[in-house]
Amino acid sequence: MRWISILLGLSGTGAVGFFAVREIIMYPMYFFELVLGGLTRGSIYALIALGYTMVYGIIQLINFAHGEIYMIGAMTALIVATVLGMWGWNTAVIVILAFVFAIVYSCAYGFTVEKIAYKPLRNAPRLSALISAIGMSLFLQNYVMLAQTPDYLPFESLIPDFQFWEPFAHIITSVEITIIITTVIVMILLGLLIKFTRIGKAMRATAQDKVMAALLGINVNNVISATFVVGSATAAIGGVLIACHVGQINFYIGFLAGLKAFIAAVLGGIGSIPGAVLGSLVLGISESFFTGYFWSEYEDVFAFAILVLILIFRPSGILGRHDTQKV
Amino acid sequence: MLKLTNIHTYYGNIHALKGIDIEVAEGEVISLIGANGAGKSTTLMTTCGIVSPKKGTIELNGEDITYLPPDALVKKGICQVPEGRRIFPYLTVAENLDMGAFLRNDKDKIKQDLDYVYELFPILANRRNQAGGTLSGGEQQMLAISRALMSRPKILLLDEPSLGLAPIVVKQIFSIIEKINQESRTTIFIVEQNANLALKAAHRGYVMETGRITMTDTGKNLLANEDVKKAYLGI
Repeated sequence: MRWISILLGLSGTGAVGFFAVREIIMYPMYFFELVLGGLTRGSIYALIALGYTMVYGIIQLINFAHGEIYMIGAMTALIVATVLGMWGWNTAVIVILAFVFAIVYSCAYGFTVEKIAYKPLRNAPRLSALISAIGMSLFLQNYVMLAQTPDYLPFESLIPDFQFWEPFAHIITSVEITIIITTVIVMILLGLLIKFTRIGKAMRATAQDKVMAALLGINVNNVISATFVVGSATAAIGGVLIACHVGQINFYIGFLAGLKAFIAAVLGGIGSIPGAVLGSLVLGISESFFTGYFWSEYEDVFAFAILVLILIFRPSGILGRHDTQKV
Repeated sequence: MLKLTNIHTYYGNIHALKGIDIEVAEGEVISLIGANGAGKSTTLMTTCGIVSPKKGTIELNGEDITYLPPDALVKKGICQVPEGRRIFPYLTVAENLDMGAFLRNDKDKIKQDLDYVYELFPILANRRNQAGGTLSGGEQQMLAISRALMSRPKILLLDEPSLGLAPIVVKQIFSIIEKINQESRTTIFIVEQNANLALKAAHRGYVMETGRITMTDTGKNLLANEDVKKAYLGI
């Protein structure tokens, strides 16, 4: 039995490997495009997954309303861009203001959601908070649907096609490269924030031991709020970028994007920030390969299959740590 | 300086503290001894604002601090080294110490205090870039005390500093505790199961049983007391 399964496994891997190598040698440009497409996807996932993983790290809650915060970021940017566009403002100003408003609005929503839906349940069983999160997610979706529209809205890309990027545009578009570069910058800034600033250190300490953090004078509630705000800001940036990339949005885009980012966070090891970034890139690139080489219509099935596999074989994720308590 | 009057604390339906009175004067070393589950740690957690009492008052230098949040209490100079040390395992030793000084802004004095704790526990200076979780139990206790000292406490609460440590390390820790009390006039409140050590180090002691204070006297007298000897010293 064991030999058969090993043989099957080896031949399976061999066949896929052979196929992959042949494809890559025959169409190297296509392979390259898929990698870049995967990186773009992964970048967006990473911007959302950060919020999941940071919140989980601090209060062990899967914030299912997080995808909606991302959607609200995209919606806000659309509204701001449309209004300012009608007024005939300069494009660069519109881009900056759209980002600023998206971030501010998303942060306000993230902050408020925590205060309303999670803070009162801080000492309740974890399941209660989780249900509250799902409720919040449905509420925000429906609220935006009723307040705006259930239809898809065209989102005119805020990011123009750069002239200087012309020679490379057939491999990766200006929007895609902007997404990747912006993500890298956001990651670096976030890394610096967490590693060196006062609030960053307080976040790490609170994530490791809330009671001890409180005993040292850290206001745990403020730290939790700050975590939601930071996570919402990165999600808002992701929302605006993806809207520029896809070209249309509606109230529902946060649902699937949120779930995918959640998968990415679990894949990388929920609670771990580098894990969320790594998991997002791995998920983005493997999704890109799967849709590019196999069946594009099974894209979402593939992502959820990955979730099932991780939960079965490595629930702690790629970089997740097994906490052992010292007595 | 610290005065607990008729404190009642509950965990859900469990009546953990049943009206306790404790008074700690400035510059004193006080020991609170008692068996497992007597409510010693709860007393400290109530003092630090982690759990709120249902009845009673806590005063610091005459000011009512009963319902202040933990961070406000740290600002007022109450700092606890909790049971099990609770080092941040993934922060380095230096970062752990840094967290102790979280509420302070006086950079020069922080540096001075850092040098002071590295002098008290030279081993920590050698390990300053190591993750806290990789330290041995004794080193973690040293780090936990140092971290608390970094907040410049007026009163230092220690919960079972001897827990799980080798006798020689326990001795070292207690001698440092006495040194801290004498050198910087820091008031110290120790909760211990190791009654012998704790009472020897203390000016005064309290004995606690199932949520009540049953005895209080000077450390010396308690050590000589027949009931204490029988129940806590095993003599």
